[in-house]
Amino acid sequence: MLQKMALHARRHPDHHPGIQRSVVAAVAVGGAAGAAARYGAELLWPTGRTDFPWTILLVNAVGCFLMGILMVTLKLRFPSAPRLVSPLLGTGVLGGFTSFSHYTDGVRQLYEADRPGYATGSLLLTVVAALAGVTAGALGAHAVLGGDRRTRDGA
Amino acid sequence: MTDWLLVLAGALAGAPVRYLLGVDAKYRLGGSFPWGTLAANAAACLVLGFVAQGATDGELGSRLQLLLATGFCGALSTWSTFSYELLTLTSARRLAVAGGYLVLSVGGGLGLSFAGAAVASALL
Repeated sequence: MLQKMALHARRHPDHHPGIQRSVVAAVAVGGAAGAAARYGAELLWPTGRTDFPWTILLVNAVGCFLMGILMVTLKLRFPSAPRLVSPLLGTGVLGGFTSFSHYTDGVRQLYEADRPGYATGSLLLTVVAALAGVTAGALGAHAVLGGDRRTRDGA
Repeated sequence: MTDWLLVLAGALAGAPVRYLLGVDAKYRLGGSFPWGTLAANAAACLVLGFVAQGATDGELGSRLQLLLATGFCGALSTWSTFSYELLTLTSARRLAVAGGYLVLSVGGGLGLSFAGAAVASALL
C-alpha cells in the first residue's frame, strides 16, 4: 500500500514528486513539539541579551547529538520503519528543537552589545559543539548497534 | 498559555516550510547538495534579524516575537539536519563541499541577521 503510493507520487508527472500531505503534517506536528521544548528550555534557563547564550548552544548541541543517534538507529535497526517516523522525529521534532537563526541572531546581538568575545566564542563553540554532537551520536549508535561506520545517506 | 500557543502556531508553519524547501530544491536542482536547508536557514536568519531588532526598538510586541521569532524562525531554521548533512558530506569525503556549506551557512546566516536588523532599524 505504502509502496504503491510512493510509486504513484513518483510517476505522476503533474505532481511535485515526494510531497505527501501526511509527511508535511508529521513535520509540522513534530516541529511544533520541538519548538515548544526549545521555548521551555529558554524559560527554564533564560539568558540575557549580553550573557553568553548557553541555553541555545546546548539545545543545538543536544539536538545534533540526538539527530546522529536517530538517523543511524533508523538506518541500522529500523530500515523499514514507517515512512512518517523520520519526518516526525528528525525533520520535525529535532529540526524544530534546534535553531540556526537563534544562533546567528544571538551572535549578532552580542556584537552589537559590544561583547565581541562572547559573540566570537558562541559563533565558534556552537559549530564545534554541533559537529561533535552529531558525530558522537552517530558513532555511538554505530558502536552500540554495529554495522558500517560510514554514513552515506542524507538526513 | 497564549504564549505557548503562539510558539506552537509559528512552528506549525515554519517546520513544513523548511521541509518543502528541501523537497523543492531536490526537485529543481537535483544533486546531493542540501540547498533546501541552506535556503531555510538563510531565510530564517533574515526574518529573525528583522523581528529581533524590531522588538528591541519597541515596535514589535512580545506576542509577535513568540509567534515569528521563537516559533516560525526557530522551526524554519535547523542545526540538527544541517549538522547531519555536514557529517554525511564529510563521511563521503566531500570535504571541500562540507567546508563550503559550513562557511556559506554561518557567514551568510550571520550577514543576513545583520541585514534583517538593518532593515528593521531603517523601517521601524
